[in-house]
Amino acid sequence: MASLLAHPGLILIAGAFLLVWLRGGARSAVALAAPMAAVVLAWNVPEGVAVQAHFLDFELALFATDKLSRLFAIIFALMAFGGALFALNQKSPLELPAALLYAGAAIGVAFAGDLVTVFVFWELMAIGSALVVWSAGRTAYAASLRYMMIHLLGGVLLMAGIAGHVAEFGSIAFERMTLDSPSHWLILAGFLINAGAPPLSAWLPDAYPEASWSGTVFLSAFTTKTAVYVLLRGFPGTELLVYVGLFMIFYGIVYALLENDMRRILAYSIVNQVGFMVTGVGIGTEMALNGAAAHAFTHIIYKALLLMSAGSVLLMTGRRKCTDLGGLFQSMPLTAACGIIGALSISSFPLTSGFVSKSMISQAAVDLNLFYVWIALAAASAGVFLHAGIKFPWFVFFQKDSGLRPPEPPLNMRVAMIFFSVLCIGLGVAPGALYELLPYAVDYVPYTGAHVVAQLQLLLFSGLAFFVMLDYLRRTLTITLDVDWLYRRLGPAVCGVAARALARMFAALASAAPARIMDIVSALRRHHGPEGVLARTWPTGSMALWVMVLLLVYLLLYYL
Amino acid sequence: MRSWRRSNLPFSKPPITRCNILISQNYPILHVVVPLIAAPLMVLLRHGGFAWLLAAVASWSSLAVSAALLAEVAGGGVISYAIGSWAPPWGIEYRIDSVNAFLLVLVSLIASVVVIYCRESVEAEVAPEQHYLFYTMYVLCLAGLLGIAATGDGFNLFVFLEISSLSSYVLIALGRDRRALVASYQYLIMGTIGATFIVIGVGLLFLMTGTLNLADMAARLREVTDTRPILAALAFLTVGISLKLALFPLHLWLPNAYAYAPSAVTAFLAATATKVSLYVLLRFYYSVFGESAVFIAHPTSDILLVLSLAAMFIASTVAIFQDNIKRLFAYSSVAQIGYITLGVSFDSLTGLTAAIVHLFNHALTKGAIFLLLGGIALRLGAVRFQDIGGIARVMPLTSFGIVLAGLSLIGVPGTVGFVSKWYLVLAAIESGAWWLALLIVLSSLLAVIYVWRFVEAAYFQVPSASVSRLREAPLSMLVPAWLMVAACLYFGLDASLTLSGASQAAAELLPGSR
Repeated sequence: MASLLAHPGLILIAGAFLLVWLRGGARSAVALAAPMAAVVLAWNVPEGVAVQAHFLDFELALFATDKLSRLFAIIFALMAFGGALFALNQKSPLELPAALLYAGAAIGVAFAGDLVTVFVFWELMAIGSALVVWSAGRTAYAASLRYMMIHLLGGVLLMAGIAGHVAEFGSIAFERMTLDSPSHWLILAGFLINAGAPPLSAWLPDAYPEASWSGTVFLSAFTTKTAVYVLLRGFPGTELLVYVGLFMIFYGIVYALLENDMRRILAYSIVNQVGFMVTGVGIGTEMALNGAAAHAFTHIIYKALLLMSAGSVLLMTGRRKCTDLGGLFQSMPLTAACGIIGALSISSFPLTSGFVSKSMISQAAVDLNLFYVWIALAAASAGVFLHAGIKFPWFVFFQKDSGLRPPEPPLNMRVAMIFFSVLCIGLGVAPGALYELLPYAVDYVPYTGAHVVAQLQLLLFSGLAFFVMLDYLRRTLTITLDVDWLYRRLGPAVCGVAARALARMFAALASAAPARIMDIVSALRRHHGPEGVLARTWPTGSMALWVMVLLLVYLLLYYL
Repeated sequence: MRSWRRSNLPFSKPPITRCNILISQNYPILHVVVPLIAAPLMVLLRHGGFAWLLAAVASWSSLAVSAALLAEVAGGGVISYAIGSWAPPWGIEYRIDSVNAFLLVLVSLIASVVVIYCRESVEAEVAPEQHYLFYTMYVLCLAGLLGIAATGDGFNLFVFLEISSLSSYVLIALGRDRRALVASYQYLIMGTIGATFIVIGVGLLFLMTGTLNLADMAARLREVTDTRPILAALAFLTVGISLKLALFPLHLWLPNAYAYAPSAVTAFLAATATKVSLYVLLRFYYSVFGESAVFIAHPTSDILLVLSLAAMFIASTVAIFQDNIKRLFAYSSVAQIGYITLGVSFDSLTGLTAAIVHLFNHALTKGAIFLLLGGIALRLGAVRFQDIGGIARVMPLTSFGIVLAGLSLIGVPGTVGFVSKWYLVLAAIESGAWWLALLIVLSSLLAVIYVWRFVEAAYFQVPSASVSRLREAPLSMLVPAWLMVAACLYFGLDASLTLSGASQAAAELLPGSR
């Protein structure tokens, strides 16, 4: 049990609870020290199962390590550190503790050696992330509720699946699964909901942009990448995931191109990027799995960087729509530069981190002769450059001059952005360190002449396309409809229509039926107010009637 | 009764028959007798403080005796106690096995915890001249519930049922709200119908077997199974007991009774009364009629399944729309009872284990919630959503306790609710019903909504002037309530004690699958 103290996730969770009680300098110190300690611990953790516990009939492996879990734990801890640094001057007292809880739970999933532990941390993660959204205040309230419900639904599917898996195989070990039983389908569905896969992708762009300027930075990192991690461990080489991933890639691109809110653009781009990883998991070769893991690693850094620069803009200007922004590079040159580095990374520009990771997935498709997958990935790379690589920095920092002259953000935010920019470039220039961490041995060289030239051509032409079509891409004040409209608008509308139809039905019945039934129906209608027919206090007589009905039913069924 | 049969087999352990004068050997009746004697004493002395002390002593001694009994039968033994040394089946027999010993401990434990809480809560909610009456009824109700659990005699069971029911009608009617009278009256009517049905059922069984001793009855029933009167008895008993345990749609008395009763009474009844009724159902189904007569020959499972699902979903949905928080959690009780009967409907070892462990777990959870709500009622005078806005700032311990217990209602890992739900889902999957496993977990989303309504009101609203003047609930109420909350968490993390008790009880009821 002593080594439980060395669990990086639990360190973060303990730090989160400590933060609630702290103020001022002590708060900042703990907020930075806890993730720092987690990074060091995750880096040095030995492989194997360190902590076991007994729960119900099972032996839980609370703290099991291999290369894959270590990779994710390191990047999660690193992200928690960078995020905490960025969020130090966040006014909301709740957000930072919630974010550390959230990060700790994500690390907990990465170190979970069994499905029950996965589930426990999974739910904790849902709670932590929902708290991060809530802490943004009243405007985020409704979005956070929708977010919570979707994630609890995912948790519910996961729990049913795990229970089924246990009933079927008698083991809770978290190992590779195949889609041969309903329980595994349920587990996959639970995982995919967190990955932002269709048909429920909409929770992500619905909730993330509602969080505060610093909250979104945390949100972008953990939930979807934990999903990628569990898919890597549980379902590598599942063909279905290739198609799911490709769908996510293009879904993200299309909606991001249509979007006007700068952080919603980046949220859609998360779905898009996770799509690359899911595709990699689906391809399933060592190269593809390495690629998916590496891409998760680099994506966390550059997406956080992009959202940090967007968050800085939001904090300093209070505006979030592309149509309201523009020309900010004049007074926020550092923020603009960091945003551009993030944008280049996400577009896989050579010498940035995206280049060394995403290309591994494409290469895996080539190795397996998956021509159409490769074509789709190449086309999507161009699309990514369009929506995130150029569109975000262009509309926010250049374009027309909006007349805004906000100053640079506070020091801690600038340091955090510089830190992540350095990481982006560093990983791009010297990918060896990252390749060392990957689960399988890497014999892949990203910087070949052909590859660099091909990528540059691709980026150049899509960049050209962007400026040629600029008039079409210029954002207007529009709102894009997504699946979440179904449950935000259509659902309540349908319920309303159904309720009115029911009321009409009762009315029709009342006018047509004989007097006795009419009495009953009118009695029902009279109490059809907010209390509802099943909620109101029944007259004693009708209670007794129910008793008789039930007795008759039983007698009838027993006698037959 | 199976254990009775087993005792007639040559090589098995005979029940320990007792008719001795040593106190320890009168344990099987002592836990009922002590509160039963305490009651008239209180009426004679007519003093509230003294009555409370007596009630506390009676509850605690019942708990001690029950714990001793549980320890004795834990190995799978059966204690048979003949009242007045009249040997069964002629005299009244008390039979303690691992099923009812588990329940005895639960009931007396809850009573012991609630009685501490009563001191201050009753002071505030019941008129002073009625205090002695309150405690009289409290111990009578306790004696009745313990008697139901302990007795092995059909008619004696009915008598204790009436004792507990009549006293609970009075307890509910003592509520401050005038609607308590109507609620109590309705409960009285419905409870009497239920009791009548039960006595009709027992009467029919007596008619066909010529015995009232449940174990003896079980042995003789095998000769007359599937005759019309026996089937009628089964139907009457099922409906009668379903009424007492508030199985949907016979739950209609429950929400108002719980909502308007004094807080301590709500907590006590919610945690014990329906649970004891559930035990009676299990006893009749498995020990008297036998599994094959109830579940295999007839569609009892299917009916129970449908009603349980209806309870889980409809009652939870209704709970979401309640304004009165006590009423909300009363509806949630109906839904949770649905989980228990769902476990029974699987008619499997896992299902029964799930049902029994949830019986225990839900008693802890709901007990905790109603005790904590009593704290709010004490300070604020009301427990409606529009009144409690922002209450977490002034009553942080109470609010946080409700949230923790609410997490247990939802079934979050680390709470007892998760243990129950896990076994329920396992039982559903074991029986091959995937869709059912999904429905079970989906229904917990409804619990999320109604628990969230409390969180939202308590934590996210700005306290009104009247709320911000409040203080935290008194320690004598917080400590018992938090004991229950702590138990919710403890047994959620280390479920070995409750699970072994439940699975042993389930194995006792379902001998074939041991």
